[in-house]
Amino acid sequence: KMLCMLDIRLDGRQTYDYRNIKISFGTDYGCCFVDLGKTRVMAQVSCELITPKENRPNDGIMFFNIELSPMASPAFETGRQSELMVKLNRQLERCLRNSKCIDTESLCVVSGEKVWQIRVDVHLLNHDGNLMDATSIAAITALCHFRRPDVGIQGEDVTVYSTEERDPIPLSIYHMPISVSFSFFQQGTYLLVDPCDREERVMDGLLMIAMNKHREICSIQSSGGIMLLKDQVLRCSKIASVKVSEITELINRALENDKKVRKAGGRCGFAESMPQERITALKTHVSPLEMTDVEEKANEIVLRAEAPPQTVPSPVLPGPGTGQVGEGLQSSWGLEEEEEEEEEEEEEEEEQQHKAEEEVTCVAEEKRGGNCKYLLRFTSLVPDVFVPSCQLQYSQNCTDKFRTM
Amino acid sequence: MAGLELLSDQGYRLDGRKATELRKVQARMGVFAQADGSAYIEQGNTKALAVVYGPHEVRMSRSKTLHDRAVINCQYSMATFSTAERKRRPHGDRKSTEMSLHLKQTFEAAVLTNLYPRSQIDIYVKILQSDGGNYSACVNAATLAVIDAGIPMRDYVCACTAGFVDETPLADLCHAEESGGGTSLALALLPRGGHIALLQMDARLHQDHLETLMEAAMTACKGVSKVLDQVVRQHLQEVSALTGE
Repeated sequence: KMLCMLDIRLDGRQTYDYRNIKISFGTDYGCCFVDLGKTRVMAQVSCELITPKENRPNDGIMFFNIELSPMASPAFETGRQSELMVKLNRQLERCLRNSKCIDTESLCVVSGEKVWQIRVDVHLLNHDGNLMDATSIAAITALCHFRRPDVGIQGEDVTVYSTEERDPIPLSIYHMPISVSFSFFQQGTYLLVDPCDREERVMDGLLMIAMNKHREICSIQSSGGIMLLKDQVLRCSKIASVKVSEITELINRALENDKKVRKAGGRCGFAESMPQERITALKTHVSPLEMTDVEEKANEIVLRAEAPPQTVPSPVLPGPGTGQVGEGLQSSWGLEEEEEEEEEEEEEEEEQQHKAEEEVTCVAEEKRGGNCKYLLRFTSLVPDVFVPSCQLQYSQNCTDKFRTM
Repeated sequence: MAGLELLSDQGYRLDGRKATELRKVQARMGVFAQADGSAYIEQGNTKALAVVYGPHEVRMSRSKTLHDRAVINCQYSMATFSTAERKRRPHGDRKSTEMSLHLKQTFEAAVLTNLYPRSQIDIYVKILQSDGGNYSACVNAATLAVIDAGIPMRDYVCACTAGFVDETPLADLCHAEESGGGTSLALALLPRGGHIALLQMDARLHQDHLETLMEAAMTACKGVSKVLDQVVRQHLQEVSALTGE
């Protein structure tokens, strides 16, 4: 919350900044990995010839499936269809299928008998927030990357050519819908783009806007119990259009690179895209830091800071008969009421004994946790002092000093 | 699909309405005696039934109890005879689960849940006949049922759909207009403050048209809220007349 008000986030981003997006492809056509900061998602597209639906004999079928495996986060369970899974699946379906980004009529082979079923499987590998954006980017990139086998029709016979016989054909994609997620905090006062896992846990609600680079909105979905105002939604859509054009640029560049590498006959694939310099699996990227005014700031802070507190090498004697070793800190254990009562009792006792100068057996009291402050009361005869062993060195000094008194 | 003219040259739609006209809304509250609150609504040909139980103790899975608020549990289902083809799976499939989640989200924002800690409010909605605007009919029916149950809410929750054809926004879509492939926006609104509890849109729409579409949907919702208000007052009059006040 505090960070929102100061305009910085936990990882140093601004409110409208996306994390680093990295797209890499596997060896097969249609396999794509997307890294959104630490969130990792893998999408794989496959195709199959099946009979079409009865009421749509000329259209191919698109099927989307998102798998939330426990590998991604300890909060996910295998098997059970959790709410999050349904939500993500439905959002992806609405984003990609209802917006008609793929020409389904071109997937028809024999009308009424054989059409292609394109199946997109998305697996979550690591959950660090903003799963929806990562899955939408992965799904659309995988679809752009995918090549389906060529089909030849001669009369009634349909021959499916394998990759060796004829080059596979890419799918005809009209536009690339990409979703942008906005998280709201404190009843809509604060807004963040691309929430990470921690921000997601404390957010009030989420607004997902899917757009393509032609500034057409493909889907809007608000979730969580937030109340929005109309101009908030309009503002979000403006921000989304900017972000979407950036991300589309990135996807196109990644696809271009991959095409070039494959043409040049180079080795490509998942294993190649991971640098093998270290044994450790996680690799953090070198992030540039703003270092220009560091020295000035440091000097300022040093000048403004107070002198460090003097360490007390020997016990302080605040009054006759009392010795004090160390400064105590405030207890943060919340047992304040009890301690205060005890404190008051003790203080009364001390005063009485102080004045009366009665003989008291030495009591080493632990006042207020943390660095212990020991008030050692002594009688005129210096007895054996019972001090906990952790303060043994101090106790030695004490006893020596007081003996001389 | 291509042959249907959603908006004719004279400005009439398929069922003869003008672009901003809502369908006829008829509603009744207190339909069932067993439930704490119940309501039935007809929006054109879409018929929805809503039943509310609560607030009561959290029955299933005690772990869901919240110490400071009530838990709202929604279930959306469609009758098997509600659509043109018999529905084989009335609830449990993905679309129904998603609708239930959306209903829950909408009512969590509107109901004053912090007045009933550690309890549960159940809202069950069933669609008896589906002709477009399923979600809106559910929300409107559930609002009336919650009011009938006496559970306090921040404001009426009114929902309506809106579409966009030929640069004109259409209010309250019927099934043919929804499935025609054009844009459809579903909006749940709390009319007095203009707060949007749920916003859902499918199919492509250019960004510049978003504002006009949202305006049209919000106006339609305010129209629905007037009707609901009238229904509630009438029901109250009937009930107080019966009890002789």
